[in-house]
Amino acid sequence: MELIKLTIDNTPIEVEKGVTVFQAAKKIGINIPSLCYMNLEHLGIENRPSGCRICVVEIEGRRNLAPSCSTECTEGMVVRTNTPRVLNSRKTVLELILSDHPKDCLICPSNGKCELQALASTLGIREIHAVENAAMSTYRKDSSPSLKRDMDKCVMCRRCETMCNEVQTVGALGAVNRGFMAVVATAFEQDLVKSPCTFCGQCVAVCPTGALTEVDHTNKVVRALADPTKTVVVQTAPAVRAALGEEFGFKPGTSVTGKMAAALRKLGFDKVFDTDFAADLTIMEEGTELLGRIGKFLEGDKNVKLPILTSCCPAWVNFFEHNYPDMLDVPSSAKSPQQMFGAIAKTYFADKMNVKREDMVVVSVMPCLAKKYECQRDEFKVDGNPDVDYSISTRELASLIKMANIDFNSLPDEDFDQPLGESTGAALIFGVTGGVIEAAVRTAYEIYTGKKLERIDFKELRGLEGIRTASIDFNGTMINIGIAHQLGNARKLLDGVRAGMYNFHAIEIMACPGGCIGGAGQPYHHGDSSIIAARSKAIYKEDEEKTIRKSHENPYIIKLYEEFLGKPMSEKSHQLLHTHYFDKHKV
Amino acid sequence: MEGKRGEPTVKPPFPAQSGYLGKPTNVNNVETFANVPVIYLKGPEWFSSIGTAKSKGTKVFALAGKINNVGLIEVPMGTTLREIVYEIGGGIKDGKKFKAVQSGGPSGGCLSEKDLDTPIDYDNLIAAGSMMGSGGMIVLDEDDCMVSVAKFYLDFIVEESCGKCAPCRVGNKRMHETLEKICNGKGTIEDLDYLKNLSHVIKDTALCGLGQTSPNPVLSTIDHFYDEYLAHVVDKKCPAGRCKSLKSYVINAEKCVGCTLCAKNCPTSAITGEKRVPHVIDQSKCIKCGTCYEKCKFGAIEIQ
Repeated sequence: MELIKLTIDNTPIEVEKGVTVFQAAKKIGINIPSLCYMNLEHLGIENRPSGCRICVVEIEGRRNLAPSCSTECTEGMVVRTNTPRVLNSRKTVLELILSDHPKDCLICPSNGKCELQALASTLGIREIHAVENAAMSTYRKDSSPSLKRDMDKCVMCRRCETMCNEVQTVGALGAVNRGFMAVVATAFEQDLVKSPCTFCGQCVAVCPTGALTEVDHTNKVVRALADPTKTVVVQTAPAVRAALGEEFGFKPGTSVTGKMAAALRKLGFDKVFDTDFAADLTIMEEGTELLGRIGKFLEGDKNVKLPILTSCCPAWVNFFEHNYPDMLDVPSSAKSPQQMFGAIAKTYFADKMNVKREDMVVVSVMPCLAKKYECQRDEFKVDGNPDVDYSISTRELASLIKMANIDFNSLPDEDFDQPLGESTGAALIFGVTGGVIEAAVRTAYEIYTGKKLERIDFKELRGLEGIRTASIDFNGTMINIGIAHQLGNARKLLDGVRAGMYNFHAIEIMACPGGCIGGAGQPYHHGDSSIIAARSKAIYKEDEEKTIRKSHENPYIIKLYEEFLGKPMSEKSHQLLHTHYFDKHKV
Repeated sequence: MEGKRGEPTVKPPFPAQSGYLGKPTNVNNVETFANVPVIYLKGPEWFSSIGTAKSKGTKVFALAGKINNVGLIEVPMGTTLREIVYEIGGGIKDGKKFKAVQSGGPSGGCLSEKDLDTPIDYDNLIAAGSMMGSGGMIVLDEDDCMVSVAKFYLDFIVEESCGKCAPCRVGNKRMHETLEKICNGKGTIEDLDYLKNLSHVIKDTALCGLGQTSPNPVLSTIDHFYDEYLAHVVDKKCPAGRCKSLKSYVINAEKCVGCTLCAKNCPTSAITGEKRVPHVIDQSKCIKCGTCYEKCKFGAIEIQ
């Protein structure tokens, strides 16, 4: 590898060819500020439009300043990152950006989490030269079941566009208009709900300002909790516990399961349950469906649809409804854990508690924004009453806890309530890419072979690579598995399946980078992908520590089938735990 | 052509290295391409024999503005502005006084009287704060307001900005607004410093050639015609009488015969006076439309 010598702020450094000035500076502890540049290196995602011009530096011999994010180091280069010329330019450009940005920071949903706000503080902006009656670029506000767009706050960093177009290949957002009115929007500036948006929310996850945010349901939850006529139960998704702590100063990758359960109880939920329980249930249904399809396939049934595709991820469901309407019978018909939980809570559990359906409120805490859309889909309602009433994000839960004056850090560890709070390690790993399929393998193997599984950890299914494949020996029958996270990778895999290129039996797909741990409802990573990797480790560690690690061994799941459902894929299961998909193809 | 939004990419790589669909692509002006066959036919030595040491050959200019002979001209590099304006262009229209030449298109700059004898080539134009650019040459006379000229070009730049990079997207808009403020008589001396700082920062930080040269009209007019800017912000006067907000129409009582023609035609009834007695214009009602100025047969209306 060719090495290049240069100096940055009088410090000599040697880097490999191709390294940018921004990266080289970082190596020697010089953090050049930037607004648009984002590098999620663990996931291979980069946004580098060189549009914000905040990261400019002075390079000897160069006429103008250079954007360090997109300027490669060259031999003998002399770089200065903090001369008066650089600082004045940086400040002036930021002032310009702020001059066209609303000044409502105090009531902005991104208050305290905004990268623009932080940058203004770092660069010491104290005033903005005001031209009398200076124009502001304003746009129509847009809201959807999951995401809100207030593009007056857009700084044209284009991160959302990169996520939506290049990473997710959804193509809902792109830059429109010219000059001063340039902004990222949907085609013809239509509402998001009329676009092919899947509500994955990755645009929200990377937005440096309050331009893209989630629809906030915290107040609705507070009201439900205060209503004495309601029995309010909560379920928490596996990925939430691996990230919630970050909002309270815990190191990324710290699991706060016990504290989270204690906090939810303090908030006043009548029952603190776990989506993990429903994840175990999903494995029972989806695993049985998989084995059923494989069985038929081996018997020579030509009509059987293989590979089976997982259907836990609501953004992924939206994605295939929009883009693969010809393949609607390929994904598993099993509902997502969130919806299975709601369906069981408002039937089995409500009956047990002797609570009427309409008097029960089910709240879900999700790492996800698409779940907000999912829970209000018509097919998940009974006479207009939704199985899951409100879905809030990890961030919204953190703000609820803070609002209620709960000192999260000093809470004791508490357990979930029963019966819908018991779960296995298999359910826990649903939160990471590859986890659902690993959980399914743990159960399907034992059911299919009738043998006890010797090895519980399927490391070949783990990792952060975008597309992974593995073959698992089911006692002589090789089961071929595909895994993709990020919808762009899912598209690659699906296009291959459509073209008959693959012989997979099962494919797991998660829309977000890293799976649910990288979901759009999680605490902001601000471009640091090591946070997502740390959350992944936390989940696998907690799985290892669990005594029961296979879904079919969950005693409360066994009981649920005995008392209520009969067996997986029974008629009752079909009624409550399975769904169907719709053609949402737009163009 | 690639199905993407039209906006500049980061350079390097240049189009000649990686352009359309990642392939080496030759992007040049028609004039450049038009030179190629002649060079092929007559040889590079012949081409190099025309022009100056560093700028070879000829250059086509679009000569326009307050000049007698308007049109496209092709001159050898190194021709002086004086030759172009007075010999080829036939001098200024109506015998007015030469003020400046705006060269290089909207992102070019203004050359003043002191540049009249400078041989025109790439380097000299840049040294004078302008550029070859599009080869446009607009001749301005004493009736042209240099602040308005800068504003006019900025208007074009604001319109043409793609919006990708912040300094060009917002900075040019703010410069345009500031120039408007100055033309409206509301400018301050601080605004001039603001304009200068913005100009330098935009030049230094903008992503593409448009943004990097967009402050040229402002910078070069501030450099060459600073007095005119000062007149606008300090004296609240437009020396060329172009900025509407800065001019006022008054009636010279000695010349006015009280014919009432101006009062009858004034759309806002700002002019009052008895017959055969000098009239007066109420400045608070006057919208500076200039009707009285055109109607008066005695030259009694004066612009201040």
